[in-house]
Amino acid sequence: MPFVCNFPFFSIVLSMFCGIVSSVLSGKNAKKLSIGLLCVNLCLSASVLAYTLSSGESYVYMMGHFPAPWGNEIRAGVLEGVLASFFCVIMLLALVGGLRHIAQEIESGKQNLYFIMVDLLLASLLALIYTNDLFTAYVFVEINTIAACGMIMIRQTGRSYVAAARYMVMSLLGSGLFLISLSTLYGLTGQLLMTPAQGAVAALRASGQYMEPLTVTIALMTVGLAIKSGLYPFHSWMPETYGYSTASSSAILSSLVSKGYIILLIKIYYRVLGSESIMHGKIVNLLFVFGLAGMIMGSISAIRESDIRRMIAFSSVAQIGYIYMGLGLGTEAGVIASLFHILSHAASKGLLFISATGLSDVSGGSKRFKDLRGAGYRNPMAAAGFTVGAMSMVGLPLFAGFISKLLFATAGVQDPTKMLPTLICLAVSTVLNTVYFLRTVLTIFTPVDADAASKAKARQITRGFSLKLSVLCFIVLNLVLGLFSDPIVEALQSGLHMFS
Amino acid sequence: MLENLIINHYETAAVLLFGIGFTTLLLHQNLIKKIIGMNIMDTAVYLFLAAKGFVTGRLSPIVVNGVQDMEAYINPVPAGLVLTGIVVSVSVTALMLSLSLCLYRRYHSLDLDIILMRVKKEWR
Repeated sequence: MPFVCNFPFFSIVLSMFCGIVSSVLSGKNAKKLSIGLLCVNLCLSASVLAYTLSSGESYVYMMGHFPAPWGNEIRAGVLEGVLASFFCVIMLLALVGGLRHIAQEIESGKQNLYFIMVDLLLASLLALIYTNDLFTAYVFVEINTIAACGMIMIRQTGRSYVAAARYMVMSLLGSGLFLISLSTLYGLTGQLLMTPAQGAVAALRASGQYMEPLTVTIALMTVGLAIKSGLYPFHSWMPETYGYSTASSSAILSSLVSKGYIILLIKIYYRVLGSESIMHGKIVNLLFVFGLAGMIMGSISAIRESDIRRMIAFSSVAQIGYIYMGLGLGTEAGVIASLFHILSHAASKGLLFISATGLSDVSGGSKRFKDLRGAGYRNPMAAAGFTVGAMSMVGLPLFAGFISKLLFATAGVQDPTKMLPTLICLAVSTVLNTVYFLRTVLTIFTPVDADAASKAKARQITRGFSLKLSVLCFIVLNLVLGLFSDPIVEALQSGLHMFS
Repeated sequence: MLENLIINHYETAAVLLFGIGFTTLLLHQNLIKKIIGMNIMDTAVYLFLAAKGFVTGRLSPIVVNGVQDMEAYINPVPAGLVLTGIVVSVSVTALMLSLSLCLYRRYHSLDLDIILMRVKKEWR
């Protein structure tokens, strides 16, 4: 086994180790360590991706010295490589973009704690992507939740405490359901590793035994992970959480944390429960309906908002709806569209949160639309970033969002019964997206008289070089996803084939 | 149906407890009661796992006089899972308690509705 096969394990352990070391470092050094860690992890994940692309197959990495049914395993293929590298990039950009705010909004002396959370979050996300063991997945789901909660409450304002409490309650409900479904699955199959569990589930289906418990297990698992990722009726925590935490936290939470659970769900569908029977089962119809509802309701709530951060948060509800709608189509093309949308949504939502912060910095720190008027002239880079993000979310060609909408539409056409609802909801949701994003873009480019502009300028919080750099990189990432989507879609496709 | 429930009485009790914990966590407005609900929910899962792993008439899997037949021992894996789960739920409980403490110090209430009302008033 070549040396590169160790890299997934190294990246997880390195992240956890850096988290532990950060606890005795000063805030400044912890920051440097986190950024360095993200760069190193990016290189490690990219080399895993290059290796799996060249070898053309996935590999299983045995942890410790116990073989398959007893030990713990890591599994890496093309899909895992793409996701891990991409997550590292997004996290790095989101962190760099919000550095100044982290320095301002978090009590000095506690700043290293923030970077501990970042390191642990990265470790748990990578572990969720790579692991081949169900119970390990549960443990890292909880680590992910705790780290995310820490990132929300570290701002130490009343709003962020309440947001953290609501986030925790919803997340705990989700993980409770996930845990009991894992226990019933273990009771049914007697396996915790995904590969033998898949065999056991297939044997159960063939014999026709215990079909009701299996259905209950599938339902509990889906609902649990759907609650955690914020699918439409369970989205109540999202606007608070993304609206009142520090800029980097909002960007990381909306673009990565909720996606980690969706990836785990897809993984369990494909690697344990059997993609064929899930995709032809009833559960995907449920996801389809709630996905469609989320697409519409999220956008309607976003239109009613007068706070830019909360508006972007409600837009996230809609985008999570898109992803579940793609899963709910029950075809391979739908799942690939969802996976691509995970990437494109992460790229555009991170950009939107970071540039919205840049815009409110030059408007006296206010997030209200009436104060943001003319902010585009005061901070052109952030305004450009916001415009690109908005265009990508609306789905204009050249940008990432267009490709994912195209993929969703082509996947929707393949299924005669689901075609009409998919296309109608895509169209309606696009129009609604345009309404609120266009309104915001128009607001920030509305000229204000010189007096008000100078007043706003006097109150402005210093804007940093790091924010500009991050916005620029995010814009480039969006364009790359939009213009060179073919190799990425192909990679996702081959990765998905390796899954099952 | 009823007979099955009585035979698997441990699992029945576990699922009932899970339901009680889940609804408490979801519906109660008091943060401490929410935490209690969460603990009931987690403990119910551990009862379920422990009941799944136990086989009447077998020994605990501790080797004393050389390894006996595999059939002599109960399944040790669920016990390991329960231990891991307890560690997780202890840390989550600690986090939730500290969060409740922060909220109580600032808003002098444990009721989530009242806290929300006071937060909205404060931020207006």
